[in-house]
Amino acid sequence: MFVFIIRRLFQTIPVMIGVTLAVFLMMHLIPGDPAQIMAGERADEAQLEQMRENLGLNDPLYQQYFRYVGNAIQGDLGTSIRTDRAVTEEIFTNRIWITFELALYGTVLAVILGLIAGIISATRKYSFSDVSLMIVALFGMSMPNFWLGIMLIYFFSVNLGWFPTIGWESWKHMVLPVLTIGTGGAAIIARMTRSSMLEVLDNDYIRTAYAKGVHDRVVIYKHALRNALVPVVTIVGLQFGTLLGGAVITETVFAINGLGRLVVDSIRMRDFPMVQGTILVCAVLFVVVNFIVDITYRLINKRIELN
Amino acid sequence: MTISNQENILEVRNLCTSFFTDEGEVKAVDGVDFSIEKGKTIGIVGESGSGKSITSLSIMRLVQEPAGKVVDGEIVFKGENLLTKTKKEMRDIRGNKISMIFQEPMTSLNPTLTCGEQIAESLRIHQKLNRKEARVKAIEMLKLVGIPSPEKRVKQYPFELSGGMRQRVMIAIALACNPELLIADEPTTALDVTIQAQILELIKKLQEELGTSLMIITHDLGVVAEMCDRVAVMYCGKVVEYADVKTIFTDPKHPYTIGLLNSVPRHDLKVEGELSVIKGSVPSPFELPSGCRFVTRCPHAREICHRELPALETKEDGNQVRCWIHTDQWEKQAEAVSTHE
Ligand SMILES: Nc1ncnc2c1ncn2[C@@H]1O[C@H](COP(=O)(O)OP(=O)(O)OP(=O)(O)O)[C@@H](O)[C@H]1O
Ligand code: SF4
Ligand SMILES: [Mg+2]
Repeated sequence: MFVFIIRRLFQTIPVMIGVTLAVFLMMHLIPGDPAQIMAGERADEAQLEQMRENLGLNDPLYQQYFRYVGNAIQGDLGTSIRTDRAVTEEIFTNRIWITFELALYGTVLAVILGLIAGIISATRKYSFSDVSLMIVALFGMSMPNFWLGIMLIYFFSVNLGWFPTIGWESWKHMVLPVLTIGTGGAAIIARMTRSSMLEVLDNDYIRTAYAKGVHDRVVIYKHALRNALVPVVTIVGLQFGTLLGGAVITETVFAINGLGRLVVDSIRMRDFPMVQGTILVCAVLFVVVNFIVDITYRLINKRIELN
Repeated sequence: MTISNQENILEVRNLCTSFFTDEGEVKAVDGVDFSIEKGKTIGIVGESGSGKSITSLSIMRLVQEPAGKVVDGEIVFKGENLLTKTKKEMRDIRGNKISMIFQEPMTSLNPTLTCGEQIAESLRIHQKLNRKEARVKAIEMLKLVGIPSPEKRVKQYPFELSGGMRQRVMIAIALACNPELLIADEPTTALDVTIQAQILELIKKLQEELGTSLMIITHDLGVVAEMCDRVAVMYCGKVVEYADVKTIFTDPKHPYTIGLLNSVPRHDLKVEGELSVIKGSVPSPFELPSGCRFVTRCPHAREICHRELPALETKEDGNQVRCWIHTDQWEKQAEAVSTHE
C-alpha cells in the first residue's frame, strides 16, 4: 500500500507539469500582448515596456515558466490586477471554501440519492419504481445545470417562496444550488449502482448467502452492496471533479461568491493573474481528489484485485 | 400416492419446476419423485441439463423467481411441506436444517468477507451466537474440515485460499449449524482429481460423524459408487431409474443408465468424455419427444416409445424404472426400426 501511494504520488508529477504549463501558456497563447491587455487600451509604449519589465515578459519563455512554477510552489500566484490583493489571499480566504462546500454537499447529495435510487431499482428490476426511477435519472443526466438552476429558482423561490434565490449564507441558501449541482451526479450514480448491483446479484456467492438463510435485506446491503460499490467509488471521485467544473455555472446562476464565479468575473475584467491562479488551484484540487479516490478505491478493491 | 415414511428425512413428490422464457416454458424438472432416508445418501446423476441443480434449488426454494417457479408437487421435509412455508420459515431452515454446497468454490464465497465472517454468519443467524462465540466456533469448524492453522485462516479472504481450501470453507459453512440434510451439487467437479478424493472423503467422514443425510449431485459414477446408498438417474427433467446403488451397478434396467455405465468402464478412474458411448445428444428443452424422452438416443426404441411416455414402474424390490422394456406391453410391441442406425 505504501509503495502504491508513493508510485501514485509520482504519477501526479507529469500531470502537474502539464497543468502548470497549460495555465502558464494560456497567457501567451491568447491573441494580443499580455502587457497590453493588463495595462489597458490607453497605456503608452513606455508604460507597456515598464509592464513587460515588471512581469518579466522580456525574459526567455522557459525562464518565465520556471519562475512561475517556483513562485507557485511558494504560494505566490501573483497579484490581482482588479483588487491589487494577492491571488492566493483572494482565493483562500473565502472563495475556495464556498466552492468546496458546494461541491462536497453536491457530491454527498448525489451519493445518497444515487445509491438509494440505484438499490431500489436493482432490487425491483423492471418494476414500476425501477422504470420510473431510471427515466427520472435519464432526465437528471441530460438536464443542463443552468436550466435546472433557473427552473428550481422559478418554482421554489419565485413561485413558492421557500428558498432565497441568491447567496450562500444559511442552509436555506444552500438547498437549491446543491440540488442543482448534485442532480446530474445522482443520476449517474443511480444508473451505475443499478447496473453494478444487478451484476453482483447474479453472482454465486449471493446464492450462497441465501442458502445460509440470510435475510434478503442483509444479502442486499452486506453481501451485494459492498461488492457493487467498487465501480461506484470511481464515479463518485470523477463526479466530485465534474462538480468543481459545474460550480462555475451554478455559482453564476445563484450569484454565489465561490471560485467559479471568481473565474468568470476575472475573465470579464481581464484579471489574468487571477484567472491563472484560480484555474491552477482548481486543477490541483482535482488532482488531489483523484489521488484520494484512487487510494480509497485501492483500499476497497485490494481483495478483489488480487483475486 | 406415497405414504409418508417416518424414516425419510426428505420426500420429493411429483416436483415440477419450470422456467418461463421468451421462447416458451422450459420444464427443467418434470414430475420428480425420490426420498432420502435419515442418515443415508442419495445420488442424483444425469447429463448436463437434466435438471439436477434445479431439483436441489427447488428443495431449498432458491429457484430464481419470477423466471423460474415450482409449479407443482410437494417437498416434504420431516413431515412438513416446504412449498407451503413462509419466507421466514424457509430462512430458518436454510443453512440450519438443510444446507447446500455448490459446484463453484472459486465464486461461491463472498470476496469482500473473510472466511471466518462467512462461517460465523450462519452461526449468528441460527444459533444466535455473539461475535466472539461465533468466531470461536468458526475456528472449530475450520479445524473440523481439515484446514491447517485455522486461527490464521479465519482472518483470510477467499482469494487467499486455493480451490480445495475454499471448498472446505464451503463445507464448514454448510455444516456449521449441524444440518439434518446436506445437499452437495457437484462439490468436486471444479477441483483437481487428488483434491476431489480428499473433499469426498471429508464429506463422507463428517456425514458419518454428524449423522447428516446427504443428497449428492454428480456426473461421476465413481462418486456414486463411493458415497451413495440409493441413486436417482435423471434425464430431461425426469427420473428414469431409481434404485439402490448395488442394483444400479450390477443390474441396471434403463437403457440410459446402461449407457452411462458403459461409458465408464472403470469407475475408479475419471474418464474424459464419459458419455461418448451414448449416441446423439440431449434434446433441446423446447423439442422434447412426445413419448419417452430418451427415444432419440435409445438403441431399443420401438413404436410405442415414440408414442407414449412410460410410467415410473415400481418393481418388487422397490426399485423403479421408467422404460417400456420393463412392462408387459413390450413383448406385444412389434419391433420398430431403431431410430438411429
Ligand atoms: N434461468 C434459467 N432459465 C431458463 N432455463 C433454465 C434456467 N436455469 C436452468 N434452466 C433449464 O433447466 C434445465 C436444467 O438445468 P440444471 O441446472 O438443473 O441442469 P443440471 O442437471 O444441474 O446440469 P449440470 O450438470 O450442467 O449442472 C436446463 O436444461 C436449462 O434449460
Ligand atoms: S421406453 Fe423405449 S425409448 Fe425409452 S428407454 Fe425404454 S426402450 Fe428406450
Ligand atoms: Mg447443475
